[in-house]
This record gives sequence, C-alpha cells and structure tokens, in this order.
Amino acid sequence: MSQVTMRVWRGDANGGDFQEFALERQEGEVVLDVIHRIQATEAPDLACRWNCKAGKCGSCAAEINGKPRLMCMTRMDQLPEGPVTVTPMRTFPIIRDLVTDVSFNFAMAERVPALLPPPMPEDGYRMYQEDVERGQEFRKCIECFMCQDVCHVIRDHEENKQHYAGPRFFIRYAELEMHPLDTNDRRDYVREEMGLGYCNITKCCTEVCPEHIKITDNAIIPMKERVVDAHYDPVAWLGRKIRRRTKRTASEASVQPQP
Amino acid sequence: MTDYEHHDYDVLIIGAGGAGLRAAIEAKQRGLSVGIVTKSLLGKAHTVMAEGGMAAAMGNVYPEDNWQVHFRDTMRGGKFLNNYRMAELHAKEAPARVMELEQWGALFDRTKDGKILQRDFGGHRYARLAHVGDRTGLELIRTLQQKVVSMGTDVFMECKVLRLVHDEHGAIAGAVAYWRPTGQFVTFGAKSIILATGGVGKSWKFTSNSWESTGDGHAMALWAGAELIDMEAIQFHPTGMVWPLSVRGLLVTEGVRGDGGVLRNSNGERFMFNYVADMFRAETAESEEEADRWYEDHSAGRRPPELLPRDEVARAINAEVKNGRGSPHGGVFLDIGSRRSAEFIRRRLPSMYHQFMELAGVDITRESMEIGPTCHYIMGGVKVDADTAATRVPGLFAAGEVAGGMHGANRLGGNSLSDLVVFGQRAGLGAAAYLEGGSGPRGFDRGEVEAAIAQATAPFERESGENPYDIQRDLQEMMQANVGIIRNGPEIEEALVALEALSERVRHVAVTGGRAYNPGWNLATDLPSMITVSKCTARGALERRESRGGHTREDFPKADPEFGTFNLAHSVADGRWDGEFTTVRSPLLVMPDELKALLEEAH
Repeated sequence: MSQVTMRVWRGDANGGDFQEFALERQEGEVVLDVIHRIQATEAPDLACRWNCKAGKCGSCAAEINGKPRLMCMTRMDQLPEGPVTVTPMRTFPIIRDLVTDVSFNFAMAERVPALLPPPMPEDGYRMYQEDVERGQEFRKCIECFMCQDVCHVIRDHEENKQHYAGPRFFIRYAELEMHPLDTNDRRDYVREEMGLGYCNITKCCTEVCPEHIKITDNAIIPMKERVVDAHYDPVAWLGRKIRRRTKRTASEASVQPQP
Repeated sequence: MTDYEHHDYDVLIIGAGGAGLRAAIEAKQRGLSVGIVTKSLLGKAHTVMAEGGMAAAMGNVYPEDNWQVHFRDTMRGGKFLNNYRMAELHAKEAPARVMELEQWGALFDRTKDGKILQRDFGGHRYARLAHVGDRTGLELIRTLQQKVVSMGTDVFMECKVLRLVHDEHGAIAGAVAYWRPTGQFVTFGAKSIILATGGVGKSWKFTSNSWESTGDGHAMALWAGAELIDMEAIQFHPTGMVWPLSVRGLLVTEGVRGDGGVLRNSNGERFMFNYVADMFRAETAESEEEADRWYEDHSAGRRPPELLPRDEVARAINAEVKNGRGSPHGGVFLDIGSRRSAEFIRRRLPSMYHQFMELAGVDITRESMEIGPTCHYIMGGVKVDADTAATRVPGLFAAGEVAGGMHGANRLGGNSLSDLVVFGQRAGLGAAAYLEGGSGPRGFDRGEVEAAIAQATAPFERESGENPYDIQRDLQEMMQANVGIIRNGPEIEEALVALEALSERVRHVAVTGGRAYNPGWNLATDLPSMITVSKCTARGALERRESRGGHTREDFPKADPEFGTFNLAHSVADGRWDGEFTTVRSPLLVMPDELKALLEEAH
C-alpha cells in the first residue's frame, strides 16, 4: 500500500499551524481512522471530536481539503491524490486542533420556543404519515453544524451570530411550524429575532448536509413564504387567523410552555 | 486545600443519553434543581446510535399484544435471570413513556389510522417497536434533549466525572470532574446522583460502542460502595459490519431482519433453521415457506429463526464461521436485496443503505451485506431497586444500561430504548422521593476529591511511561480473545492474570501535552474504569459455570438450573480501582405466582 501525507491543523485560540504526518494507506479507511492512527502513535494529544463513527452523531465535522465533511464518512480512497488537509470548522472559535467551540448552536437551541401541543388524548395522538413526513425530514438532522459552518451570513460576519439562527435552526423552526400538533406561532419571532431574512438562499447549507436534507427548498423558502404571508398580506393573514385559530400570536410564542 | 469551580444541585445526573435526559425531565418537573454532566456534547450520547426502535406493548398493529406478553418475552429473552419486578414495570409503563414523547415533539412512523407504527424484532411475539425508519435513537435523544433545553436545565458538556464523593456517613454528597476543553477541575455538591452513563463496550476490539462506553458509571458505583451484578452477561449483537476492517463492529440494525432480511452462509443456505433451541422450537417456523408467510400475517405461520433472541443468532453465526461456511471477510451474509424492493429498503432502512453504500461500496438493495457479531451491550450493571432505581449507597441511583437486572442474561432488541425512558423516569422519581424524605448529605469528603485529582494528574508527572493507547489496544485485544462471545475456564483465568498486568501498566501511564482537550489524557483517565469493569466481567464469567444468554462457556455448554437462581454480585471494599474485589451469589427476587403463571403459559 502507498503512503499518504496528512496535513492537520494544530493549535488553539492563540494560533497554530499545519503539522504533517506520513502514514501507510490502509484499505477502506476513512479520514477519522487516519486521525485515530495518528493519535495512537505520533500525537496522542491531537484533539478531535468523534462518537459514533457511523455518520449518526455529527460530532466529527471538519474541513477536509477545505470542504466541510464528516471525517467518519469520508473515505480516503475517494479523495484526490496528494496530501489531505484537515482543518477545524472555520465559523466557530477554536478550542484546540480540530475541535471548535460550537456553543453558539446550543445558545440558539435554548431560544427556540418549544412545541405547544393540545393535551394528549388517553390513547395517544393521531397523526398521519403524510403529515409527519415533512417534519421527519428535518428531524433527520444530526447536528453536525456543517450547514452553520458554510453559511456566509455567520462564516464571514461574527457580529451576525447575535441575531441569526442559521440553517440548522431554520429547519427546526420549519419542523415546528409544520408539526401537526403545534399551536405555537413563531413566524414573526423567526423574522424579527432569528434573522430569517438574512438568508439569501445560496443553498451552501443544502450542499453540505450529510443527511441530504433539502434545507433551502423544503425549510427556508417555505418559512420565508409563511413569514411574508403572516406579516405583509392582510388577506392571507386573516384567512390563516380564521383557519388556524389555535395558533398563538408571536409575542406569546417566544415564551416556553410550562413543563 | 485548592479551590475548584463548584456547583450545587438537588440532583446531579451523570450521562446525557436517553436515561439521563428522561431522569432530568422528571426531577425538573418536581421542582428540583438539576445538573446534567456529559462527556460529549449534548445529543451525541450512544442513544443516538440506536436504530430499530423502542419496544412497548401498545397494540397498535397487533391488538392482542399487552404487557403480559411483553413481560413474558423479556423474561424468556433474559433466560429468567432478570429482576422480574423491573421487567414487569418496564412492560407495564413503556407504552405511556413512548406516547408522552409525542407531547414533546417526537414524530414516529404511523399506522394507516394515524397511530404509532410498530415493527417486528427478535424475541418479541408481536410487532412492538415504535420507530422512525432506522434512526429511532436519534429521534429519542433529540426529543428529550429539546425538552430538557426548553426547561432551562444546566448541562455541563464535555465534562468527565472522575469519582463520586461521600459525606461523613457514607451517603452520596457529590462528584469531582474535569472540563475536557480546558482540563480544569470542577466539583459538584449533590444531594442525590443519578448514574446514566451507558455501557462498557469500548473494552472489546470489535464493538458497536463509541469511545465514551468505558464503564465510568459502573466503575464509579462500585468504587462508591454499590454492587454490580451480571457483569458476565455481554450482548454480542449478531449483525455488525465486518468489512472494511476500519468499520468492523459497526452496527447493522436488527430491523433488517425484522423487515424480511435473512442470514445465509457461503453455501447460500438459511442456516438459522439448524440452530433453533428447544426453548423456542414451538414458536419458530420449520420451513422457509412458513417463515415467509409470517411476515405478511403473524397468524399464517410461525416466526422466522432469524428473529430468535440475539444471543441465539450470534452463537449460530459464530458456529457457521468456525465451521468454514463464512463469508470472505469472516462473517456471514445478510440478504434483504433479493427479498424486498429497492424502494422498500431505502424507505425503511435509509441509514443502513447509506452506511453500506458510503463505507463499504455495497448497494444493499442488490447485494448481500457481510456481517458478524459485535460487542454491543452489557446486561449487567449496578444493582438497583426496581421501583426507585436506588442503589445500596444512600442518594445514589442508576438507570439505563449502567443499571443491571432488567434484561437478565440477554436483552431483546428494542427493550433498551424503552428501558431508558421507563427507568429514567423512575430514577427521577426515586431521587425526588429520597429528597422529600429529608435525606441529604452531611459534609463533603475533600479527601476523596484530592485523591481523585492526584490520580488523574499523575500521568503528567511521569517523565516516561506507557502510552495509554497501547494499554487500551492490548486490553481490547485480550478481552476480545479471552472473554469474548465463546469463553472457557482457562482463557478467563488467563484474562484475570492479564488484567492484573494491565492494572500495573495503568499505574505507569504517561501522557504528553497539556490538560486542555487532550484525548491521550482523557483516555488515561478512562482506563481505571475499563480495567475495573473488565475484571468484574471476567470474574463473573469464571464463576458462572454454565451457558446462559450473553455468557457462553464451551466447557459448560448447557444452562444449569442452579445457576439460574442467582446473580453474581461484585463489590470492592476500600473503594480502590485496583483494590480487592469480592464476588458473591445474590439470590434472584422471588416472583409472585401470577407472574410465574404468565411465563408458563403455552404460546
């Protein structure tokens, strides 16, 4: 088997540089396997996140040859010849080596007004497959945060993180908005507080989603339409008000339901 | 005395998988202050890996299903070594625990009339697993995570607990931990602690478990004075990937077989028909035709042998490979592509399709998968009271995989996710009742804190020493070889000697770099837990001179009725990770007659 050169970014918040490691290639390996081999031999303190190693937990996102990927699902033999560059996600502050501080995402999660369903009937809720499928697509999200990483609204503008939820949370808002049981109305909230309008639908998020969620087409664009309907179109607003009596107003919506 | 960052809670929950999060919800709802500590980020715990579903006798697909049948299936699957009361509570309460998830946003797959759809799995008489395609664990953890976050709970992410701390009377008073990103130490004062740390699978070479499954909770409970039971009962899931080598052990859901997939050897034979134990003969199909009719209608035939409990299937695969009828890479073939349409497979098993396509270059809608047993789950764990999840240490509770008893000698697929929510909730209730009773710690043993920190930092002070990764690799290879799926007395004795040698090496481990996000150091602090639980497993395996569920002895190939009357319970007197272990026979709870009658009921 031939050799491969790994160029891994190493450092912390104060700066860093690439370190090169030369290894024998092994059959069927993914990038994470090679990183693990480096840890087990040359650099036991090489920091990276990982858990499931099966593309299900979204822990091991990094930028491989400049592109956000899950290290556990990127096969070495499918990368182009030559050195393989591995760098941390650029949108988030560095903790160490390949590990970034993704707490921005957890802060945004805390600001999501939760599902507000009617009381559950004794034998459970009735929902139909065709009604849950839209939400199920968004609930495939493994929270790798690569969509957040590539979103130029925050990738290049740190200041926007204060008022921009990002694609991962736009699909969360869309999921709740389309949830058959929900009575919470977050449309004004997502426009006013979560910066839905900043997204100019370049679809970078959709391209990197490892779960192939159609973030832009199925979540962001429909949300933009619903927000516009709610805000600017008095006829549609009135129609909605009549048809969807159960939806709450935006000011109430930013309150968490009682536990 | 050094001052550390310190936090106080009524209930400290260690572990943020399904059990820990469900416990947190319950404790929060009872007005208690709750802190959750997790080694990873929130939402990444091993629960996320669960694929097939969560078992609950809701009767949405087969109305004749009920808790009694689920109880019977669980006890039979566990080869009657279960804590019957846990199996009873689990069977009774799982439906409510599953349904309430929909109040918090879960979206399960539906039946035609809009109820939660249920799928077939091994050992369950009826289609019983609530599921979302093959990503049910993700749905469970995300639902609980979102609920916990919406309740405003403190979550300490990437924080590793080293030791539990007692008060002056031996009750639980808190814990000492470190932040992985900075390496800084942190102490928690806690009136009660719920362990929900999951499993131990990282001590085997071929495992479906992540780096986190190092048995921290098992070990900390033992060191704190609790007992561990059934530690020899390890589940080797029959279907893990075997190729490429780098993904060997990765889980292939039982849902493949539940949805019609079959196992074949290198001759193309459906060999499971040759491995039906007497206990299951009456309810298992005799021919391929009969088995295939069953998928359409469970009254038209008996169950296919591929859906026997996991221990039976794993042993059968092992035997086929040993007898030279294996696949090219040392497994057997799992075939669904020739039996179901491509559209069906992609809809029902999307992540399996994806996983094989991306990692092995195999299209499962056209080709067979190569699979073999992989270390998946430990049935054994902390001995608890079924109703309250309390251990024998005042203030210490345990739920989920870290607790023992619920699954006996072998767990049925789908019974883990339901276990998490049933006993997670009960642990939250148990802790609340303990605190309502006015119990709580008096004092906080600073000595335990300092000793734990001294032990954790010692590897930095050694100029030279062992690489922690070398020790981990040697432990994994040894446990795989000596205390794996098929065991015998001399090999287990070798393992016990090897574990002493590994303990000695752990005492000389050295790490380089600083404390901030240093995986080598993190592993060094996991090694004492891994050695501790491996010792209990080996000791139990040596003492249990029979074969039962997830414990197979080639020198004692049959189940022995006498061994079916007790669990093996381990304890360590002085709380040292490398101290003297004691192993005793702990009699099973006596089952009331009306429950016994359920077990004896003919199929």
